[in-house]
Amino acid sequence: MNVAAITRPGLNQIWSWLAEILDPEIPVISLIDLGIIRDVAWRDDTLEVTVTPTYSGCPATGVINFEIERTLVEHGIEKLELKRQLSPAWTTAWISAEGREKLSAYGIAPPQEGMAACAGMLKPLTVSCPQCGSMKTERISQFGSTPCKAHYRCTECLEPFDYFKSI
Amino acid sequence: MSTTAAAIAEFALRMGDNCLILGHRDSEWCGHSPALEEDIALANTALDHVGQAQLWLGLACEIEGKGKTADTLAFLRDASSYRNLLLVEQPNGDFGRTIMRQFLFDAWHLPMLKALINSSDRRIAEIAEKASKEVAYHLERSTDLVVRLGDGTRESQGRMQAALDFLWPYTGEMFLGDALDDELEAAGIAPAPASLRPAWDQHVGRTLAEATLRAPDKSYAQRGGKRGVHSEHLGFILAEMQFLQRAYPGARW
Repeated sequence: MNVAAITRPGLNQIWSWLAEILDPEIPVISLIDLGIIRDVAWRDDTLEVTVTPTYSGCPATGVINFEIERTLVEHGIEKLELKRQLSPAWTTAWISAEGREKLSAYGIAPPQEGMAACAGMLKPLTVSCPQCGSMKTERISQFGSTPCKAHYRCTECLEPFDYFKSI
Repeated sequence: MSTTAAAIAEFALRMGDNCLILGHRDSEWCGHSPALEEDIALANTALDHVGQAQLWLGLACEIEGKGKTADTLAFLRDASSYRNLLLVEQPNGDFGRTIMRQFLFDAWHLPMLKALINSSDRRIAEIAEKASKEVAYHLERSTDLVVRLGDGTRESQGRMQAALDFLWPYTGEMFLGDALDDELEAAGIAPAPASLRPAWDQHVGRTLAEATLRAPDKSYAQRGGKRGVHSEHLGFILAEMQFLQRAYPGARW
């Protein structure tokens, strides 16, 4: 009988622990909501967690890996291996429906899908204001407070806001 | 290391060094841009490039297999070991020149990455897939700004034309192949540099026309970066970028 199989926590349990970890820069959505945890699996007595980066240079990546390790170690996982997976590349289509609602409630307009980037032909989007819901908004800059966001403003309630860009 | 492995490692250095040096140049604007939004945009672009450099240089280290990291390559190589294009090491100049340099590079970078998504080397294809998504946003932004500043005021138009005239001789190097490029193309690893020219010509031509700017007639191309022969500017970049690791070897934070 495999002793490790008896003592090691189940995968559902591990997913639920990971769901407690919030994104360091948008501390209302979890790593699961973001869709960056691609796989969790036991290889003998080692837990392998596969993580995909959002943006190549996102400074949160290091913090995220640290938080995953810290959380799992606190829950008694002794042997842990974090694997980086580049392909398929992360896409905002992986952000969960629940995650989108949380973003909106936090004041960040969630990404609109079907707008995959193509050279110089990114279509201007109509993004609804997360504050007042108006569709009368305009883009101030394609690059916002973090790599994943663009900067918009609502011309009705006059509030500036972040839009989580689609990639 | 097999010949092909050595060629892939060298190619990864070329791609990674372009990203690292341009990322560093863009980062020099942090806190100095003409408007807050532009400051943030340039800093974000720099971040993307440095992140991409980490992936490419990481691949070069993995192939070499001597335990080096992307940091080792970034901080402990001298100028003659750098493989970036001369274009990306050119000084920032004014904001217009920085945007023009970014545009001329982005218009090459995106078709290059799109071609690399079909590379016969899986690791290259994966990095290209990731980076191309970010670079699509870079190209969109730099194209938009070139048009707005070119077709802008007399002042901004003059500055953009001067930037184009200054940078033009550095664009040809992107499309010049050497023996390494031939080897990579034959193995289906990377496209021939010349094959990227039509897409670049088309996008740049259309954008410059819209921006009321005129490309110089001169076709002379400054070259050397891909084999480590650089302009004087690279040494100054490295002096600043590498100071900490040279003065305090192995320092961590």
